[in-house]
Amino acid sequence: MQNEILIAGFGGQGVLFAGQLLAYAAMDEGKQVTWIPSYGPEMRGGTANCTVIISDEEIGSPLVSHPQAVIAMNRPSLDKYEPLVKPDGVLVVNTSMVDRKTTRTDIKVVEVDANAMAEKLGDKRMSNMVLLGALLGQLGVLPMKAIEHALQVHLPERHHSLLPKNYEALHEGAMMQALSI
Amino acid sequence: MAREFMKGNEAIAEAAVRAGVAAYFGYPITPQTELLEYMSHRMPELGRAFVQAESELATINMVYGAACTGQRVMSSSSSPGVSLMMEGVSYIAGTEIPVVLVDVMRGGPGLGNIAPAQGDYNQIVHGGGHGDYHNIVLAPSNVQEAVDFTVLAFDLAEKYRSVTVVLLDGMLGQMMEPCELPPMKPMKTEFEDWAVNGAKGRERRFLTSINLDPAAQEVTNFRLLNRWQQVEANEIRYKKYFMEDARFAVVAYGSSGRISLSAVRAARAEGIPVGLIRPITVSPFPTAAIREASKDLQGMLVVEMSSGQMLEDVLAATRHNVPTEFFGRIGGMVPYPDEVLEEIRGLVKGPLTTEGHPRERWLKRMAERI
Repeated sequence: MQNEILIAGFGGQGVLFAGQLLAYAAMDEGKQVTWIPSYGPEMRGGTANCTVIISDEEIGSPLVSHPQAVIAMNRPSLDKYEPLVKPDGVLVVNTSMVDRKTTRTDIKVVEVDANAMAEKLGDKRMSNMVLLGALLGQLGVLPMKAIEHALQVHLPERHHSLLPKNYEALHEGAMMQALSI
Repeated sequence: MAREFMKGNEAIAEAAVRAGVAAYFGYPITPQTELLEYMSHRMPELGRAFVQAESELATINMVYGAACTGQRVMSSSSSPGVSLMMEGVSYIAGTEIPVVLVDVMRGGPGLGNIAPAQGDYNQIVHGGGHGDYHNIVLAPSNVQEAVDFTVLAFDLAEKYRSVTVVLLDGMLGQMMEPCELPPMKPMKTEFEDWAVNGAKGRERRFLTSINLDPAAQEVTNFRLLNRWQQVEANEIRYKKYFMEDARFAVVAYGSSGRISLSAVRAARAEGIPVGLIRPITVSPFPTAAIREASKDLQGMLVVEMSSGQMLEDVLAATRHNVPTEFFGRIGGMVPYPDEVLEEIRGLVKGPLTTEGHPRERWLKRMAERI
């Protein structure tokens, strides 16, 4: 069993960290896992993405042409990756940053007003956790406890006062329902 | 032991530290820079030497000098930087001293780009520097192997007084995977009888690559070759997947090896009896193992992120007797498993032939696609 998750957005939205968190949690659960960023002559504010693959056996390619799940944090990411989600896969869209509807009908789509939800919880920067929560709610790849534990271990000490809010962000995201197809 | 989650570049750096590297010299270049960056704080923390040189040319000559002391010494770079080091690599080989070099390959030729590629194969495996010498070349395909082979590289370099290269690409350098790190080894305190580390109280030693007497140079070269025969006899490594009942095989190393593993699994799921042979030492090349395996095969597919550099070594191994096709993405493009799966299907569908050259047929197929 292999799960492939691609997270894409602007640099600065926490794309790479959300992916790493997922990967740390997978490792701590005893899984095989790869995390690979897009790396290029890119700058702050440019697009960023990472692919996380979680498996029970030796992982081959760390990149896939059709990921099982995508988190699109902005419009360019939605345009690029919506067509690529594997049929029956999951697409989590940050509607705060996207001004169009999704078009796929053969996948589960979760629309999340993540920036607003994060802001309501106290910090817009937690939108990546809301979206990650939404993904986990649809794709039973890892238990929420594992993500919480990874967050506790890997969030820098100076941010630890934010842990409860981040847990809340994850849980609120996980409550989001997929659009009925 | 606890697993660490590390980038390939950083894992190699920490593995080298734990293998007892005493001095690191380098110059930044993407996609290798994290290795140098990691060393820049880790080495001083341990009281060991870290130097960011003014160029790769200076780097390799600092490595050359430091390695003459018998301490464990290394450098790392990426393709264009490695090209600049080639003169020094030849001098090191001619001087018969152990050095570990890491090449995190990127798209070329020329300045190219910073995306992953495997276009340095010929340079690293078949020469690069001038003169008659061989590098031992280890090609990891995941972060754990990057760790293990870095440690092994130091051991092999010392055992055979040879340049040992850990050859990977930007994909493996940049990606993170869990790995187990080896226990910490202290720096060497006992040295081989060739090391020039202070002659007080003993006979003076001399290390050089200059040998103005051709007859003496010939003797040196035969010594190098005899040592290389030992390497070939003892150190060939490769990994086979699904080969027990295979009628077809993919041959691929490093990142294209692991990408091919995904494709081979998918092909198996379709009922295609295909396996994978992944060379780990690309120098010495697992020639005999590939020839032996090929006897049971109807066809082979070589996959590389180059235009078929290792392909020639595979064809030499099978003596062109086994129908072989080639698939490569080049210039920094990374193949997806789907593409390799399509090529496996194409191989099986045939026609299977030993006529012509696989590269010619690949070029034709690519001309239709790109």
